[in-house]
Amino acid sequence: MTGAVLEADGLAKSFGGVQAVKAMSFRVAPGEIVALIGPNGAGKSTCFNMLMGQLRADAGRVRVLGDDVTGWPPRKIWRKGVGRTFQITQILPSFTVRENVQMALLSFHRRLFDVFGRARLAHVDAAAALLERVGIVDLAERACGLLAYGDLKRVELAVALANQPKLLLMDEPTAGMAPAERLALMELTSAIARADRVGVLFTEHDMDVVFGHADRIMVMHRGTLIAAGPPGEVRDDPEVRAVYLGSSLDPVAE
Amino acid sequence: MGFILVQILTGLSSAASLFLVAAGLSLIFGVTRVVNFAHGSFYMLGAYIGLTLVAVFGDLFGRGHLAFWSALLCAALIVGAIGALVEIVILRRIYRSPELFQLVATFGVILVIQDLTLWGWGPQDLLGPRAPDLRGAIMIMGEPLPRYDLVLIAAGPVVLLLFWLLLNKTRFGILVRAATADREMVGALGVNQAWLFTGVFFLGSFLAGLGGALQLPKGGANLLMDFGVLAAAFVVVVVGGMGSIAGAFLAAVLIGQLQAFGVLFVPQSTLVMMFLVMAVVLVVRPFGLLGRPELVGQGRQMLDDPLRPTGWRFKILALVLVALLVAAPLWLGDYGLVLLIDILILALFATALHAIIGPGGLVSFGHAAYFGGGAYAAALLVKYAGTPMSLNLVLAPPAAALLALAIGWFCVRLSGVYFAMLTLAFAQIVWSVVFQWGTVTGGDDGLLGIWPAPWASDRVAYYWLVLACCTAGILALRHGLHSPFGYALRAGRDSPLRAEAIGIDVRRQQWVAFTLSGAFAGLAGGLYAYAKGSVFPNEMAIARSFDGIIMVFFGGVQQLSGPLAGAAALTWLKDLLFRLEMWRLLLGLAVIAVVLLFPQGLAGFLKARFGRFVGIRPELSS
Ligand SMILES: Nc1ncnc2c1ncn2[C@@H]1O[C@H](COP(=O)(O)OP(=O)(O)O)[C@@H](O)[C@H]1O
Ligand SMILES: [Mg+2]
Repeated sequence: MTGAVLEADGLAKSFGGVQAVKAMSFRVAPGEIVALIGPNGAGKSTCFNMLMGQLRADAGRVRVLGDDVTGWPPRKIWRKGVGRTFQITQILPSFTVRENVQMALLSFHRRLFDVFGRARLAHVDAAAALLERVGIVDLAERACGLLAYGDLKRVELAVALANQPKLLLMDEPTAGMAPAERLALMELTSAIARADRVGVLFTEHDMDVVFGHADRIMVMHRGTLIAAGPPGEVRDDPEVRAVYLGSSLDPVAE
Repeated sequence: MGFILVQILTGLSSAASLFLVAAGLSLIFGVTRVVNFAHGSFYMLGAYIGLTLVAVFGDLFGRGHLAFWSALLCAALIVGAIGALVEIVILRRIYRSPELFQLVATFGVILVIQDLTLWGWGPQDLLGPRAPDLRGAIMIMGEPLPRYDLVLIAAGPVVLLLFWLLLNKTRFGILVRAATADREMVGALGVNQAWLFTGVFFLGSFLAGLGGALQLPKGGANLLMDFGVLAAAFVVVVVGGMGSIAGAFLAAVLIGQLQAFGVLFVPQSTLVMMFLVMAVVLVVRPFGLLGRPELVGQGRQMLDDPLRPTGWRFKILALVLVALLVAAPLWLGDYGLVLLIDILILALFATALHAIIGPGGLVSFGHAAYFGGGAYAAALLVKYAGTPMSLNLVLAPPAAALLALAIGWFCVRLSGVYFAMLTLAFAQIVWSVVFQWGTVTGGDDGLLGIWPAPWASDRVAYYWLVLACCTAGILALRHGLHSPFGYALRAGRDSPLRAEAIGIDVRRQQWVAFTLSGAFAGLAGGLYAYAKGSVFPNEMAIARSFDGIIMVFFGGVQQLSGPLAGAAALTWLKDLLFRLEMWRLLLGLAVIAVVLLFPQGLAGFLKARFGRFVGIRPELSS
């Protein structure tokens, strides 16, 4: 299939003797929302880190928009149009909310070595638009070090959108949020994905969120994919049910 | 053949002391994650105390083997106890502080020990005692080798072996290894962490003291030993790998051999050879021969407030300050002006350094290299090109920047304490080149006759020139931190992971910032050379680098205006203390007190107390 925003082919990584990820292969199409689920320690975050270059894969290849980006540093993959959020939120604590977004915009416009301008006055409108989009425009002047966890997740999403990405990698984007907030954030993400045809790969423990928003679900266990497919199919997969002990997949109601 | 063999043995003997010091440093760092900058001082103390004890024991028990060797051992034990005391009184309180605090505190200890040693033993170099029955030399294939070298050659492997037994066969050793691998784990094991740390400090300091005492018959004792061995020990630890004792041994042997053979070919530049080895190792194996990456770069970060635009009240305050400074010659005497010139120049130096330490998050302990680089560039131009002052002041910054560019390329590959040690080691190398290359730089005698151009030769005129240059420099640096470049630099410090994930090449940002900072330090150095009319290697010495650090620290790392306050405070304090007998001791105690009592610095303290009067409100940092 051509036209995939992301293709992973045989990705593998071990730490010491432990194989965290074994031969993962999958693809994400433009505008497609894919959930990568699995119990803690399944290897999801490791997988994300290999996709965007934070970790070097032991084996396998990654292609973004058709280009082989295996071994590229994260900053270069970002310039290809990949935005990401981290399981442990990574924002700039000594920046205000708006400045976090401005920083990403300055980088996007290749002004990192501009010593004459004033960062605070740069890309103000674009930053405001992004904050508006994720619904935190009223927090713009707040120091990030003081924000509530849910708001930080939104800042991180706004930052991840600053380079007009074609692919979003979101590692547990709603962890630590209240259930209603979680659904709202994923609602927002879906809307953005549909509108701009952004491919989204996300991990999530909240099954309501997963089954409510994913076009496709991939289930990971001990470093390998044990199932992949549309939500209905995955829900009825016996191996998946065994991993999740049945219960947590049931309360889904559409 | 015999010659080469003797040369190798000489190298091994000079490796011994170096290994002992480096092993102690590495051990302490491995367990406590503190780089003990006072480690060289413990080495020096070992030598001086050993000297005294050898004499005392000699009188008491006769000048036999027992008296001599037990004197050295007792000296090391006493130094170990001093190290433990320092840990209990000072360091124990700041393990959870940012690493800068620890470095500054141990530097305070250096100052205190320097003055106490001077007070106890006097300023003159002291000759070491001979070891009984080990006078003279033995012949090896027709070449002489001092007998005492045999003792030193044996000492290295013996200590390494004892170390191995200690670490692998005792409960203490198992705890040490566990703590080196994972500090949190020790707490989980239910071990009394405080006593483990004190024990490790005792052992590490003991080794440094032993190193100092053992080299007595070869090198004696002098007041420059502390910094001399510190830079070499840093090189050994960096080359061997932080936290690895075997690595320290390997590196000490390597450096020892290098020195032994290096003197044959380039007698004046063994330090430069050391630097070359270190550079090669760093490029090939950034964490040293036997080091592991996860041990470094985990220092705690300070949480800054966001940069806010300066309020109008603060601007007015700044304007009033500048106006007062412009008018200062009207009401200040000659002496006051000289002091003010020093303050302004050092404020520029400290502001340049602050840009790297604060927003850059990199503690440079060798910024004197660029200050002195600018000073020497101006002075050398006067001496060899006869160019006018204005041109020389323009050329000093790029010259210093070039130096910072070359050194920074290596240093930004590492972070945290590694960065601090590397910058210090490089600065020490630059210093030694200037010091030893007497034919060009004048060596210890310096370069004299660096007088301002006629239009600035009047004290007041030169003061105004300095005021203009330093104000412009400080404002430029300040603007730089508010620019996209400065923001990107700070982003890399705040979260390297995030910075890289939004397209920022953190290392390159740091490299360029380091270079620019070097340029401004160079401007300060150039101005300083003309202010004094001369340049000496002292402008590049470790003490000058520490001055910068202390000014930044006094002022408060999180405040952009901190360096100004710090420079004024330190210069004034020094001027006050210089008249006293033991000013280093008092300064050292003051530094330690500030670390323990005012961790947010002077400007931070003022901001928290009075900030709202000028429209500044602390957010995160207090
Ligand atoms: N840096 C690392 N060093 C050693 N082991 C790691 C590292 N990162 C992850 N692991 C291990 O890899 C496995 C997968 O972890 P991770 O990718 O974080 O899982 P998930 O995100 O699915 O919870 C776990 O067993 C974890 O302990
Ligand atoms: Mg995870």
